[in-house]
Amino acid sequence: MAESPVDVLLKGSSGQSTRGLLKVIILVTIAAAAVSSRLFSVIRFESIIHEFDPWFNFRATKYLVQNGFYDFWDWFDDRTWHPLGRVTGGTLYPGLMVTSGVIYHILRFLTIPVDIRNICVLLAPGFSGLTALAMYLLTNEMSSSPSAGLLAAAFMGITPGYISRSVAGSYDNEAIAIFLLVFTFFLWIKAVKIGSIMWGALTALFYGYMVSAWGGYVFITNLIPLHIFVLLCMGRYSSRLYISYTTWYALGTLASMQIPFVGFLPIRNSDHMSALGVFGLLQLVAFADFVRGFIPGKQFQRLLTASIILTAGLAFVGLVVLTMSGVIAPWSGRFYSLWDTGYAKIHIPIIASVSEHQPTAWPSFFFDLNFLIWLFPAGVYMCFRDLKDEHVFVIIYSVLASYFAGVMVRLMLTLTPIVCVAAALVLSYILDTYLKISSGPVTRGRSNEDASEGLRSARTPEVGITSYFSKAATTSSIIVYLLLFVAHCTWVTSNAYSSPSVVLASRMPDGSQFIIDDYREAYYWLRQNTPANAKIMSWWDYGYQIGGMADRPTLVDNNTWNNTHIATVGKAMSSREEVSYPILRQHDVDYVLVVFGGLLGYSGDDINKFLWMVRIAEGIWPDEVKERDFFTARGEYRVDDQATPTMRNSLMYKMSYHNYNKLFPTGQATDRVRGTKLPAESPQLSTLEEAFTSENWIIRIYKVKDLDNFGRDHSNAVAFDKGNKRKKATKKKGARLLRSE
Amino acid sequence: MAPKRAVNAPSAPSPSTSAFSSSASTTLSSGPKTLSANSSVPDIAVHVWQQYLTTTPQRTLLLDAFMAFLVLVGGVQFAYCVLAGNYPFNAFLSGFCAAVGQFVLTASLRMQTSSVEGASGKGASSVPVKAGKGAVGRGKDTDGVSHERAFADFVFGSLILHFFCINFIN
Repeated sequence: MAESPVDVLLKGSSGQSTRGLLKVIILVTIAAAAVSSRLFSVIRFESIIHEFDPWFNFRATKYLVQNGFYDFWDWFDDRTWHPLGRVTGGTLYPGLMVTSGVIYHILRFLTIPVDIRNICVLLAPGFSGLTALAMYLLTNEMSSSPSAGLLAAAFMGITPGYISRSVAGSYDNEAIAIFLLVFTFFLWIKAVKIGSIMWGALTALFYGYMVSAWGGYVFITNLIPLHIFVLLCMGRYSSRLYISYTTWYALGTLASMQIPFVGFLPIRNSDHMSALGVFGLLQLVAFADFVRGFIPGKQFQRLLTASIILTAGLAFVGLVVLTMSGVIAPWSGRFYSLWDTGYAKIHIPIIASVSEHQPTAWPSFFFDLNFLIWLFPAGVYMCFRDLKDEHVFVIIYSVLASYFAGVMVRLMLTLTPIVCVAAALVLSYILDTYLKISSGPVTRGRSNEDASEGLRSARTPEVGITSYFSKAATTSSIIVYLLLFVAHCTWVTSNAYSSPSVVLASRMPDGSQFIIDDYREAYYWLRQNTPANAKIMSWWDYGYQIGGMADRPTLVDNNTWNNTHIATVGKAMSSREEVSYPILRQHDVDYVLVVFGGLLGYSGDDINKFLWMVRIAEGIWPDEVKERDFFTARGEYRVDDQATPTMRNSLMYKMSYHNYNKLFPTGQATDRVRGTKLPAESPQLSTLEEAFTSENWIIRIYKVKDLDNFGRDHSNAVAFDKGNKRKKATKKKGARLLRSE
Repeated sequence: MAPKRAVNAPSAPSPSTSAFSSSASTTLSSGPKTLSANSSVPDIAVHVWQQYLTTTPQRTLLLDAFMAFLVLVGGVQFAYCVLAGNYPFNAFLSGFCAAVGQFVLTASLRMQTSSVEGASGKGASSVPVKAGKGAVGRGKDTDGVSHERAFADFVFGSLILHFFCINFIN
């Protein structure tokens, strides 16, 4: 083989620089692959913000760019949560918006005018490239093998568990938070290893950035103290630990309190108490260690016992007093639901109703991580073999994250980085063992595999390098796995995670693509045809989209900070018209928007979410709304002839199926989501009138009628109109005139 | 309760935290007073205090004095908060955090500088380099952090700390 020129390149001082250059090239390739594999949705659809929460972030970013930082900080938003409003500036994590605002202004300064929308759409892919680099740094701290970092970077770049939250257009907090998470951990490991204030302070700075970006910062807040605590229990106290941890805690806590939304939580909330406790413990341990230098063992033990009893007693009394007097807040609800998976369902239906808070199904581990998931335990085992401080960190992280990922779907995101690290450790170990003939082919072989998603054509040589069967078999099987991984990732990304969910795509019978754009059609209708102050009531899922796309005030949105207000909307939706109408009037509602998938077979519609509305409403008004009434005697949830009267009289049911049977021949109306035949006659609405229905009937908008001119109630008026067509026309005109005043 | 404990703990006999175990084996024999095997707790504490005074170099004593001052400042603020109410809570927090943060930063600086001193046997330290159990560990711990680097780190950390405090003070 042509090994001599390779040897010249890879040995000695020129080898150093060659290898450095190769690493840089590989990392850049990985970053490019990470970015480009997230662009499916932009290419397939267009540069558009996805889903729900990103629309709020986008709206907030626009506000920031238009009004400047200080206005953003003090932003009181009166166009959401009508009539309450929301102190938006103080109740959001500003990191994401500020980041894109800064990028926007930098690009402006460089005279590159880019629309803020494009920055928002492409922010997540851009940061995923950075995440891959941070992953390289983190893994490099764990292993002496140079290939581990590169492998980990490649895994992190394309693993679906991370892509699911960072495709182009999913402009959510996680977009930058995962990069910050990985990078903070890298800095932390560095600080523990070196024991310098600078690394500790940098960790604190990035921790502060992380706090400003994502609520998941609590994970770091608890993981780092746990790391220290375990190290202390293993008898590994050293001044490095003291320096790095105390610096991080003192600076990081201050940094986190700068964010208005977090505020005094770090000293009040029990979620943060472990960090404080470890801080105190570390002071004690450091002091004990200091004193031990002066006296022999026996006296020291006596002193230690005395002081331990004293401080433990003091601390316990203090904790009891503080908890009793209510200075330390109890654990937050989301935290409880982490430990007891049934907790949320019983106590906080609003948390349980979000699909990403559901427990993870087993297949999704494999779906999101592919072969990394079975390399993961091996990687943890490798960490046990050389148990340095940083390996302890990996072990703790993997134990915690696996548990949390099992509890909540969306915490799969925090598991992904550590799985990548562990799997990369194992793979690099295997490759190092099997490829070590001479140093030349080893690095070449490795680098080829690292870039496997980029450089497919360059792979063939290294199989032939070894003449031993076992080496060939192992190496080639690993390559096959890597290739399968790449194929799997690409397939998953393209099929599962690249749908904007604002625009839906389906296939016509002849295979051509059919774009379903009902959402934007309806929101644009609202924007064009309603007064700028028309209040729109919808279920909270669509609040951010209405605010972002239609620019109309909403009653509730995805922020869900006020459960009672959401329950009010749930009650209005699930009650009879006579009950709902006063609620609508009291809240100044002008239009009601429902999502109906019956015609198209779109399963994420409001009838399927209806039970959650009922449950949330029942949580506040257990006497007026009862979940049981919506089930038939046999406990079924039905929408056809057998549906219960409560169900058929509810506002949501009426709005969804109003006039629906006119699309079908008599008696043929079917609901394609529920797969049932509907009653022959359409439900009668008397207090609302249909204002707009989108092309595929996904969005239906109803206008709330004004009070009747003659003081009749609406059902009477409608009954009267039925008998006299001429009168109806005049009455309607009268009502409209009244409205436009 | 915990923040109080964090501050009070090191303040008991001497406000410092680090690295004089290298002196342990030697100074014990030549110390001002030898301890019997079962002397009482106060006796041991007094002994420790005297050991500390005799073996600590001048520069480190200066750092310790600063740390004692910080503990005092933190303690006064905390006492005020408990007795007179926490009305400007932001101001109290940033003042208190400044004291605590500066304390731990100084303690870190003390660990780094004094351990390097111990290892190189230079400067004001009169302690001969003994291969004590702790000394080996320490020397390894903060390997590669020179005096100047440690001080620069200290300044860097303090700058960040006080920036946050001023920003938070309202």
